Amino acid sequence: MIGEGIRRLARKGVLGINRRNADYILTHNQRSLYPRVDDKWLTKQLAMQAGMPVPELYAVVEIQHQVRELTEHVRDYSDFVLKPACGAGGDGIVVISGRMRTRYRKANGILIDQSEMQHHVSNILSGMYSLGGHPDRALVEYRVKFNPVFERISYLGVPDVRIIVYRGIPVMSMVRLPTRLSDGKANLHKGAIGAGIDIATGHTLTAVWHNEIITEHPDTGNEVSGIQVPFWEEQLRMAAQCHELTGLGYLGVDLVLDKDKGPLMLEINARPGLNIQIANRAGLVPRLDLVEQHYKALPDIDQRTAFAREHFGSE
Amino acid sequence: MNRHHLYLLAAVLTLVASGIVVYKAIVLQFPLHPVTEADAWDVEIRVSFQAMHAPAKVSLYLPREDGPFAAADEQFISRGYGVNTRHEEGNRRVVWSIRRARGEQFLFYRATIRPVASLRETREKWPQIKTPEIVDDARKLAIDAVLADVRAHSADSETFVSEVIKRVNSASPDGNVKSLLGRKTAMEDRIEVMSQVLAGANIPVRAVHGLRLQKYERDAQFIVWMEAWYENSWHSFDPLTGEPRLDPDLVTWWHGPSGLVEVTGGRNSEANVTVRLNREPAMQGALWRERELRPALFEFSVLGLPIETQAVYQILLAMPVGVFLLVVLRNVVGVKTFGTFMPVLIALAFRETNLLLGLLLFTLVVGMGLAIRFYLERLKLLLVPRLAAVLIVVLMLITLISIFSNQLGVYRGLSVALFPIVILTMTIERMSIVWEERGATEALQQGLGSLVVAVCAYVVMNLNSVQYFVFVFPESLLILLAATLLLGRYTGYRLSELVRFRALSGGGK
Repeated sequence: MIGEGIRRLARKGVLGINRRNADYILTHNQRSLYPRVDDKWLTKQLAMQAGMPVPELYAVVEIQHQVRELTEHVRDYSDFVLKPACGAGGDGIVVISGRMRTRYRKANGILIDQSEMQHHVSNILSGMYSLGGHPDRALVEYRVKFNPVFERISYLGVPDVRIIVYRGIPVMSMVRLPTRLSDGKANLHKGAIGAGIDIATGHTLTAVWHNEIITEHPDTGNEVSGIQVPFWEEQLRMAAQCHELTGLGYLGVDLVLDKDKGPLMLEINARPGLNIQIANRAGLVPRLDLVEQHYKALPDIDQRTAFAREHFGSE
Repeated sequence: MNRHHLYLLAAVLTLVASGIVVYKAIVLQFPLHPVTEADAWDVEIRVSFQAMHAPAKVSLYLPREDGPFAAADEQFISRGYGVNTRHEEGNRRVVWSIRRARGEQFLFYRATIRPVASLRETREKWPQIKTPEIVDDARKLAIDAVLADVRAHSADSETFVSEVIKRVNSASPDGNVKSLLGRKTAMEDRIEVMSQVLAGANIPVRAVHGLRLQKYERDAQFIVWMEAWYENSWHSFDPLTGEPRLDPDLVTWWHGPSGLVEVTGGRNSEANVTVRLNREPAMQGALWRERELRPALFEFSVLGLPIETQAVYQILLAMPVGVFLLVVLRNVVGVKTFGTFMPVLIALAFRETNLLLGLLLFTLVVGMGLAIRFYLERLKLLLVPRLAAVLIVVLMLITLISIFSNQLGVYRGLSVALFPIVILTMTIERMSIVWEERGATEALQQGLGSLVVAVCAYVVMNLNSVQYFVFVFPESLLILLAATLLLGRYTGYRLSELVRFRALSGGGK
């Protein structure tokens, strides 16, 4: 029975975690390059140098002493996002969507006062959310006003587009839709929905929620598949460009669509998750193998996105 | 990167290790399984002292030869000392001497103690114990008074001796006993007084020092008790309670009031005694063979280490087996655990208690710790002080559990003190964070996963045959290393992924 299950997964070309780590991450991602993606501040700086659009940075809190100046920094903004520079899995991110006299309103409607916010920033600095618990920095940045396209199929938070890029070629993608359960966060393990995107056309495919295949958003009840993702070509190009930006061979790019500013690059992940395969109902292995055969003949970004659109659409 | 390189390395490691194992098993005839045989205990006494640039002499008592135990394979290990053994009225002692010594000195005595097949039935004559001459009249009177009092309260010789001991030890001794004791209240002085009193009743008494033979004790202490002669044999008494005692696991070391070690020409002398149940008497022959054939190989093996160190290695060498199991469970099966090696550390902690009790304690402490940790969360404490606070709470919880279990008469609870507090603290901290961020299901899943791995590791690491094998054939760890290296390049699916990706395999196209 177990043998049969393994054979089925292999036939589908599903990439397992051991193989992802051994054959793709350890082989194609040099450890010395990790700080470029693990530190979101550094990623942002690199992207800005390369002219890639990113959410605007308002302030960086580096030491405990500066926590008190936080209110100064955010005085002019009614909404903003607090995040750890080296956070993992979306932990520690707080989205402030508005103000209520001296209090701040979180995206989920809960009000927090100044001291609670400062405590949160202190926690970020002490390394509570960072990989390995190292002391960290807190970033205060622009809160994305998401494109109305996704309004009907997301709850509270900002949906983002994840694109897996292998050797500079986008191979698979999905959009992650926050739900009530995920507390407005776009992380699948927290209960967000993942809907596969057809690389060729930019249409959403079926969606998964907690390893289950669904067709409607559990909170809004609207159909999640068949939606055209705007700026699709631009998003593919941005994702492909991240390969040059970081030097990583296998990576996941997270993009958000802003109402006014278009696609923005949020972060890059050197160890992207595997649930994207469930969202697309397809395995990664055949696509990665195809890239392996052809990548040498595809030096520039136009050729690479064209190759992706040609080969990685759903049939 | 290069698979062939890895395969070659693993093959070489495996070949070398199996070669040594086969050689040891076939040529040197090391038994492959632990063979249980009659009990034997390895005893090691380490005497250390600070020499003073002068002639030094150290005398150490050795086990007597008239008890139900006998010492064999006695070794006296020293650097540059002259050694000789002496017999004095049945007591045996070794005397090490040196013309000039400086700095810290170490002397070792090692022996294997075995029960003697048949209890030596020696019909002793009336013992020749020199009773101290009492010149003081007042003292004589006091003794007579005590004796008269005891005689009125006892039925036979046993109760008589018992009563005397009780009186001398009494917290509020009567006037006579008080005058006999004077200001001296040390155990040796009390025994001296007891023997004086009992001599007045024609009952010879002696102090006996001995060692309890235990499974394993790194810092064994000598025990002193009293023996009184009546009805043609010696009877043992507890010098504190006066109860008659008969301990089959006590080996008699020496008679008389003196201490174990006597050092002249040195100071700060210390004796450290290790007792260990010898697991493998059948090994003796094999070891002897190895020593004769390949002295160097013996010198450079674990079995050539001092017993004290050997006992530690017996535990340490089994650890890689537990770690390997952890690798398999995490990377091939896909069990989720807190931290990488935490389950193995928890498994080591279970050794201090036992499995069931360890599990119970672990869940109890982690459960209570979690409750308190959730409360602390409301206070919005910074990371490091919060961790410290949880650690203090954990420590107090463990102390309370120990006190309660002691009150309830569960002796095991006491060994919990060695339960690793830091590991518990980190488990609580991680679990509470996972709980808050990923939900209770995920936290309980990981907690359960850690416990399952810990239990598996504990069971495997505690298998007698596993412990024995890696201890006698430590080179087998190279095979384990090779297997671990190969697993480092295992790119197959984890069993848990069958469930995770079932939506993909179910489609069945």
